[in-house]
Amino acid sequence: MAVPMAHQPKPTLSIGKRFTDNGLLGVLAILIIGLLGYFLVPNNLALLTQIVAIALLVLSIDLVTGYCGVATLGHAALFGAGAYAAGIAAAHFGVTEPLTMTLIGLVGGALAGLVSGLVILRAHGLAQLVLSIAVIHLFHEAANKASGWTGGSDGLSAIMPDPIFGMFEFDLWGRTAYVYALLLLAVVFVALRLLVRSPFGMLARGVREDPIRIAAMGASAHSVVLRMYVISGAVAGIGGALSAISTQVVGLDSLSFTLSAEALVMLVLGGVGSLYGALIGTVVFMLFEDTLSAANPFHWLTIVGALLIAVVLFAPKGLYGTGLAVAGRLKRRPS
Amino acid sequence: MTNLLDVQSLRKNFGGLAVTNNVSMAMAPGDRVALIGPNGAGKTTFINLVTGNLQPDEGRVLLVGEDVTERKSAERVRRGLVRSFQVTRLFYDMTPEEHVALAVLQREGTAGQMFGHYARRMAVMEEVGEILDQLGLTELRTLKVREIAYGQQRLLEIAMAMALKPKVLLLDEPAAGVPQSETNRIERALDSLSPELAVLMIDHDMDLVFRFATRVIVLAAGTIIFDGLPKDVTQDQRVREAYLGSYANAGTAA
Repeated sequence: MAVPMAHQPKPTLSIGKRFTDNGLLGVLAILIIGLLGYFLVPNNLALLTQIVAIALLVLSIDLVTGYCGVATLGHAALFGAGAYAAGIAAAHFGVTEPLTMTLIGLVGGALAGLVSGLVILRAHGLAQLVLSIAVIHLFHEAANKASGWTGGSDGLSAIMPDPIFGMFEFDLWGRTAYVYALLLLAVVFVALRLLVRSPFGMLARGVREDPIRIAAMGASAHSVVLRMYVISGAVAGIGGALSAISTQVVGLDSLSFTLSAEALVMLVLGGVGSLYGALIGTVVFMLFEDTLSAANPFHWLTIVGALLIAVVLFAPKGLYGTGLAVAGRLKRRPS
Repeated sequence: MTNLLDVQSLRKNFGGLAVTNNVSMAMAPGDRVALIGPNGAGKTTFINLVTGNLQPDEGRVLLVGEDVTERKSAERVRRGLVRSFQVTRLFYDMTPEEHVALAVLQREGTAGQMFGHYARRMAVMEEVGEILDQLGLTELRTLKVREIAYGQQRLLEIAMAMALKPKVLLLDEPAAGVPQSETNRIERALDSLSPELAVLMIDHDMDLVFRFATRVIVLAAGTIIFDGLPKDVTQDQRVREAYLGSYANAGTAA
């Protein structure tokens, strides 16, 4: 949850409190559920790895939309930039060490975040949304035209990452990729937990609620959101790099409007403004998509649409937010 | 001694209407000024011009001798010009403690820090505790602002302004919406402000104005019609006319 739990006036926090406050509980949950997935669906680890990559994109949208209140339908630009940065480094420059590729993806995403943030934050509301759509189309078109670098519509292939630490090869079953993905997600999650609870995280929430009040405190709302955009780009870029490393191709779909919109839908489904919501939304949406599209290839999108309408109408805070509210009500009732 | 705030010939038109018409005033350390006037006299517009929420058509605003007319409102705040709002502007999903802590951190220049938690900073928490205590908000410190009463939200506005330790404090109707039983908290908080500070307060509560102010400025139709001691204001002919209405239509722009 975005809002820190009740603070003690005393600065010394108990170990138990530190444990929950720093999101260690969340990391444990991520690792346990992740490992459960490893053993439950050993033949579909590629899907699980892709879920983690998209989860990083959804977390990244949450940072700007959920925490700062920026409306965007162009966030895949940051994810795609990370994917292409890592992919181009590997395919054209022979940088095939996975950690370095991830780092390059992070930087590529952060730069894309800076550029799109500078454009999108010029406007507010509807105009901002339109600008974000323009940005994703421009990124998409640029990648399409620069086919010498990106492979254009054929996609960028020939990405052959080295074994991690020279020891763990990326195997055919995707085990190494999945474990790497889980560890990346855990690290990013802890970092973001610290970020959203930090003074900067509070400022960001303030910007979302009332930028004029933030200015009246002497802070610049624009600079807060722009910084958040760069961080968000870094997170999405890691997701993109992970996708490039695990699938060994980068396609134009990683820079598409469709992916941007789907990721936003996942966030709304899970619950805007909370890291847990972003994770839950991604997992539920992508598992749903996978199961339904196999079970009913003709109508699965209709069912996804109906599910989304149901969530927006009956659980506007998303699955996580509504779950919390229900849990809170149940807790209060007996006392 | 340099004036903390020096407003020179401010002018602002909305369409053809001069809402601020050649207004000049200055405030020195320790000034406690009340700005009063009939509804629509341009009091809030004047505050907005001084804080930079509105840009004047003409005139200058000097803060501790520096011309800040072209500066954004956030930059003026960092130079010590702090305001409260007529209608509360708070973060409804945050707690009073977080509000005040954020203001303290912002003043210190550490609000942009991307790690750590304010609750682990002893000095910050002590200051937050003192300010909340002063305004009687201690018991509400961990409730969401949306859950607390409007009068208490008004007090929190003042708490935030105090946490920013301003040189010049502009209070836009601090007591509006605050129950009578709570206004004395505001008064006590105002009394406790540093004597070095200059305070300008807009309010309609004349009891509060007369207890607080050592100087009264009356604004009518965008023009200052009185600037003097509180005891003289009720005797002033122009002020009486303004409040009786004959001034209300007199000041449209040429």
